[in-house]
Amino acid sequence: MSAKKTENTVVVRKVVRRKMNFAERTYIPEFAKGLAVTMRQFFKNSQPNVEKRDTFTRMYPEEKTVYPDRYRGHHRLMLRDDGQVRCVACMCCSTVCPANCIHITAAEHDDISIEKYPSVFVIDELRCIMCGLCVDACPCDAIRMDSGEHIQPFGERGEAFLNRDLLMSKGSLSMAVQGGENG
Amino acid sequence: MFDFLAPATAEFLVELLITFVKVVLIVFVFVMGVASAMTLLGDRKQSAKIQNRVGPNRAMLFGLPFTRILGIPHFIADGIKMILKENTVPDGAHKGLHLLAPALVFAPSLIGWAGVPFMDFYCTGSITVDPNTYREICAVGPNGEPGVWRNYFQIMNFNAGLLFAFAIAAVSVYGAAIAGWASNSKFSLLGGLRSSAQMISYEVSMGLCLAGVLMIFGTLDLNEMARQQGYLLWGWLPMWGIVVQPLGFFLFFLAGMAETKRAPFDVPEGESEIVAGYITEYSSMKFGIMQLGEYVAVVFISALIAILFLGAWQVPFLFGDGFHFPGMETIEIPYIVVIVLRIGSMLFKILFLVWLQFMMRWTLPRFRYDQIMVLGWKILLPLALANLVVTAFIAAIL
Ligand code: SF4
Ligand code: SF4
Repeated sequence: MSAKKTENTVVVRKVVRRKMNFAERTYIPEFAKGLAVTMRQFFKNSQPNVEKRDTFTRMYPEEKTVYPDRYRGHHRLMLRDDGQVRCVACMCCSTVCPANCIHITAAEHDDISIEKYPSVFVIDELRCIMCGLCVDACPCDAIRMDSGEHIQPFGERGEAFLNRDLLMSKGSLSMAVQGGENG
Repeated sequence: MFDFLAPATAEFLVELLITFVKVVLIVFVFVMGVASAMTLLGDRKQSAKIQNRVGPNRAMLFGLPFTRILGIPHFIADGIKMILKENTVPDGAHKGLHLLAPALVFAPSLIGWAGVPFMDFYCTGSITVDPNTYREICAVGPNGEPGVWRNYFQIMNFNAGLLFAFAIAAVSVYGAAIAGWASNSKFSLLGGLRSSAQMISYEVSMGLCLAGVLMIFGTLDLNEMARQQGYLLWGWLPMWGIVVQPLGFFLFFLAGMAETKRAPFDVPEGESEIVAGYITEYSSMKFGIMQLGEYVAVVFISALIAILFLGAWQVPFLFGDGFHFPGMETIEIPYIVVIVLRIGSMLFKILFLVWLQFMMRWTLPRFRYDQIMVLGWKILLPLALANLVVTAFIAAIL
């Protein structure tokens, strides 16, 4: 019974095809129309006034792309007031990183008010998927991706491992108060 | 046996030198120049313009940005790349034939230029035009002794130029077929078969279109054909092939385009089915030669169309001594300007036809293989036959 029902529910839709008239079947007028389009584009894009052309291509190195404010580019590590690394090696970012590409080794700081700091902080840019989760995860605004620039292309695999000092060299002071408002 | 060495006088050597210069100028400067410029300008820049792109423009010479003009350095880079690439021959390929095939594709399209006239014969005396028949008369001196017509603008003048051009052009079918067979690859074999089937099918229609032209002009000499196209029909219409054979022109253009195996008729190649067809197994300059051969074939077909249907070196109403507009006084023009105008007209026609072919190439979608066969055998062939019959009737009545 149920089988019958499914049989009846098969929907057949007829595609109505428009019959081509003779002129269309000879292909010639349609072809002339097509040629008119390509010719128009050809001459439009060949005119000396570049502004009036239809080309969309951005002449990249001469004409830089304007990035949106929230563009995620090169990672950077923010700094404390005294220029030390802000990161407290809490491992939040390396835990959340879906590409598993942040490698941190925590070390004890000489200053007793600072519990830990990263003695090694390496981001493997070959694995990074630029998701920005590390920035979200960081509890103390220590890692950011708002440098507004691309990661450079790498000539060698080793160059893709960005270390702490390099990331810090792009860093700057954060507006957030270290250790929280009361701290 | 060596009798031909006897007249090795200065005159003979001068003739030899002139022929040599003609060969170099026409084949190596003009044909190769246009064909290689087409690989860049036609294929990349023109398509880019049509598709709202910019096309290649990054390469430059010696780091000088102004050399980027039109992307010419890309073309030089391509050439260097082609020459320096490793030349591989697949295992089990027939070495000799694999080597021979590119030559068989390339050489015919160059040899065919032997018969292409870029200008009428050069008249050593002063030229006058018979106002009734528009025949050009070459005379020397005040008494009107007949002057000498010298063949300076055509490599070789012979009365079977058209047959020669087609016989030679047909050889390139062997090139494609041998390339396919010698590569020891199924893709190549299929590509070679497809291209030979396609070329042979379209050659039939091409030949029939030519028969119509032959009936009208009654000569196989390409230069004589060009000369006849200068005559005026009813006193005002230049008798170009396109005027007297409009359908023939259309069919010949289509068949000629199909003959060159470029898009939209590029079934011998097909990335998704048979990779690059019969050139799949070619690398390095052998591949370059194959490609260049196809481009040269495009230029050659354009030249043939220009000669047969667009009046070759004719400029409308321009004769040896100036413009003869119907119902107006003759506008006198020095002979040297006439020569320049005529050569310019021929070059312009060839380049225009090349440009048009590329335009069509980037307009039409690619045909399926069966569609190409249907077009060739069921549409072009009957139309060409009908054209032939109608032409024959008209020629018989007039
Ligand atoms: S952007 Fe994403 S993938 Fe890259 S380091 Fe941060 S969390 Fe990992
Ligand atoms: S960058 Fe931020 S989240 Fe990552 S270890 Fe340092 S403090 Fe923690």
